[in-house]
Amino acid sequence: MFEGISTQLLFGQLLLGLINGSFYAMLSMGLAIIFGLMNVVNFTHGAQYMLGAFVAWLLLNHLGLGYWYSLILAPIVVAGFGMVMERLLLRPLQNLDHLYGLLATYAVALIVEGLARYQYGSTGLPYENPISGGVNLGFMFLPYYRLWVVVFSIVTCIVTWLLIEHTKLGAYLRAANENPRIVETFGINVPKMMTLTYGFGVGLAALSGVLAAPIYQVSPSMGSSLMIVVFAVVVIGGMGSIMGAAVTGYMLGIIEGLTKVIYPEAASVVIFLFMIVALYLRPAGMFASKESV
Amino acid sequence: MNSLAEARPVAAQAMLKVKSLSAWYAESKVLHGMTFDVREGELLTLIGRNGAGKTTTLRSIMGIVRKRTGSINFSGQELIGKRTFEIARLGIGYCPEERAIFSSLSVRENLFLPPVLREGGLSDEALYATFPNLKARAGSQGTKLSGGEQQMLAIARILRTGSRLVLLDEPSEGLAPVVVKEIGEIIHGLKAQGFTIVLVEQNLRFARQVADRHVVVENGKVVDILTNEELSADMGRIKTYLGV
Repeated sequence: MFEGISTQLLFGQLLLGLINGSFYAMLSMGLAIIFGLMNVVNFTHGAQYMLGAFVAWLLLNHLGLGYWYSLILAPIVVAGFGMVMERLLLRPLQNLDHLYGLLATYAVALIVEGLARYQYGSTGLPYENPISGGVNLGFMFLPYYRLWVVVFSIVTCIVTWLLIEHTKLGAYLRAANENPRIVETFGINVPKMMTLTYGFGVGLAALSGVLAAPIYQVSPSMGSSLMIVVFAVVVIGGMGSIMGAAVTGYMLGIIEGLTKVIYPEAASVVIFLFMIVALYLRPAGMFASKESV
Repeated sequence: MNSLAEARPVAAQAMLKVKSLSAWYAESKVLHGMTFDVREGELLTLIGRNGAGKTTTLRSIMGIVRKRTGSINFSGQELIGKRTFEIARLGIGYCPEERAIFSSLSVRENLFLPPVLREGGLSDEALYATFPNLKARAGSQGTKLSGGEQQMLAIARILRTGSRLVLLDEPSEGLAPVVVKEIGEIIHGLKAQGFTIVLVEQNLRFARQVADRHVVVENGKVVDILTNEELSADMGRIKTYLGV
């Protein structure tokens, strides 16, 4: 089957798939965390990712703060915006139907993207690659920055997973995910926890945005084009399953990359075909626990 | 009517005073002016038929039912208007009817989830001594425990937080007689250790074995308050309320 396909092309696309997968994984993990605790389908996630990249660009161009500063500062700034948004917009909608949260977050996404487009136009802004160069592996050329993105994203996903599965803080989160009322009877300020969790999920999106800035153009629509796939990833992985979201993210990135080599025409639909099959076989998602089926 | 109870050594001052408590679920009024108090160190039951408002009373004390009027005074602090987590931090532990063991947490994580809010709670050793089963199964998934073990876990986890008042909602429900007996002994032990306990019960036999006083609830109102002695002396009186 792989006859006639150069290894150069195969590995090139695999790497590309892994890069895309890194973004899918980080973004869908944030979405899954937010959905799990708050039952909010955060449609602003893509815009928050875009904001991360824009904040990095602004820090560089207006304050002279480079990539490494942005990697820390941009997620904090955007998470702050997210927490204000949670308090003012999402909390009042908390006891209403899911649909209200979905529409409200979608509205914010449109507004944020619109403002970014108004101010900076729809053509992308370039962001300089902070780690230039690469290494020739013989069968392919591996740019250092891309290697950094993959490694950083894997580490971020593992750290996030450990935080949620193996710490006391994570136990609060998992418990509140199941039954927030009872967790509150233990004296835990669940509303505050929700604000911080939303901030954390949004911060992850912004962090992905900073990572993406040197690879893709910093543009107002960079988030929305990615989000359709990311939502598919979350649905396939199982809404609220954190590890499921990350693993599915990488897997789909790679599947997408391989499809580009084997049958390029199908590359843009393969994820959705996969979603149909996966949901047919496991309606609650591949990594959903039995209880939620 | 309460002369007997007032003469008891346990009859110290009231720790919890509930006065004219009314509560609503959405538009429907469930409690219609409940008045009773719980004395320090006492074990008080709320008994009554299904749907009488016993669980709602506990949920109103905890602030889980938000829409409520009247007064709930705990050690001088008014609870109405406070959020659930603020109420818990004053030193009230709550064990819900559904037990609410978390399936995504291990037994150990379930047990140690509630943070220690004040001094005076059971130490980890004392806790495991009281609930040896939980130690043996500390690594299992919380919901893999038997019903009785889950009930013990639900009680155990609120004992290390330093709460002085614990609200137990039907701990005997759905359990085999031998397990009910075990839980009765545990509750007895807690009382001996100085916990003040409000117990919602439908199981009259179980209630009689552990309680100091009984508050009879009907249609969201307190219709009678009797001491355990009065209850034993006049079982007919209570059976008319419960319709048994």
